[in-house]
Amino acid sequence: MKYGVVVFPGSNCDHDAITATSVYAGAETVEIWHKDTSIPEGIDCIIIPGGFSFGDYLRSGAIARVSPIMKEVIKFANNGGHVLGICNGFQILTEAGLLPGTLQRNESIHFICKDVHLKTINNSSAFTTKLKNDTVIKIPIAHQEGNFFAEPETISELEDNNRVIFRYCDENGNVSKEANPNGSINNIAGIINEKGNVLGMMPHPERYCDPILGCADGLAVFESLNTNLSK
Amino acid sequence: MNNYKAQINITLRAGILDVQGKTVEHALHSIDYPMISQLRIGKFVEMNVEADNSGAAAKLADEACKKLIANPIIEDYKITVSESE
Repeated sequence: MKYGVVVFPGSNCDHDAITATSVYAGAETVEIWHKDTSIPEGIDCIIIPGGFSFGDYLRSGAIARVSPIMKEVIKFANNGGHVLGICNGFQILTEAGLLPGTLQRNESIHFICKDVHLKTINNSSAFTTKLKNDTVIKIPIAHQEGNFFAEPETISELEDNNRVIFRYCDENGNVSKEANPNGSINNIAGIINEKGNVLGMMPHPERYCDPILGCADGLAVFESLNTNLSK
Repeated sequence: MNNYKAQINITLRAGILDVQGKTVEHALHSIDYPMISQLRIGKFVEMNVEADNSGAAAKLADEACKKLIANPIIEDYKITVSESE
């Protein structure tokens, strides 16, 4: 299993993603610089990590998506390669058109950094097979623009085709307004594309992979990918 | 080729909650401006465009807005083109 983690100027979760996938999930992981014009041989999954690529200038993810490597990431995804966008990575994937909708300013206006609970909605994706449906996992969020928005027809398409992967919930799995940290429509925390090979999520699974931090629930995402994509 | 100045006003689309605008509106109410409402905050972009005529400059600016400068899912934009000084 080989991961490639794309590094943009301003990425700050790239090393967490590298450590999570290599040290804790036991895979091989390489960095890919945003100015590179090709993807290294043998990559099974590309991670677009969190952070503040290009200082969030213009809009979160807007500048990163025109970096040279993104043309290759789009080709990789269109050829069926798996791509995981976390936080700013999710924002970049929506700007690049690999995922629908957009992430707008949190309803509360604040930057929110805290643990949240996520309900597993669809465990048939390559990213979630190690989880059972309705399983609640604890994962941190750290964002100011995480409020998922899309037109009603896009939301219906996501819901009707089981493309919502995670929803914000309370620790008992209740999906409620109170458990929604940022105002996302239908408590959406993560979605996949139509083909099921691109996942975008605002919470950070890579930050909860080491039990010494008090929780390793995030590891399930990388272990799912290892199981499903290992050659 | 001529030089044109394109000025672009970007605002959140009607119906999209503008939390920043709401916060500023509430702050104005708290300093005794209750008569101010419907405050919306947007972005202003100004740029030079080389083109044959102002119509072509406006078309280029519109393309740039669609491809990068604005996010049509949540933002509207208005372009004003004038001769560069």
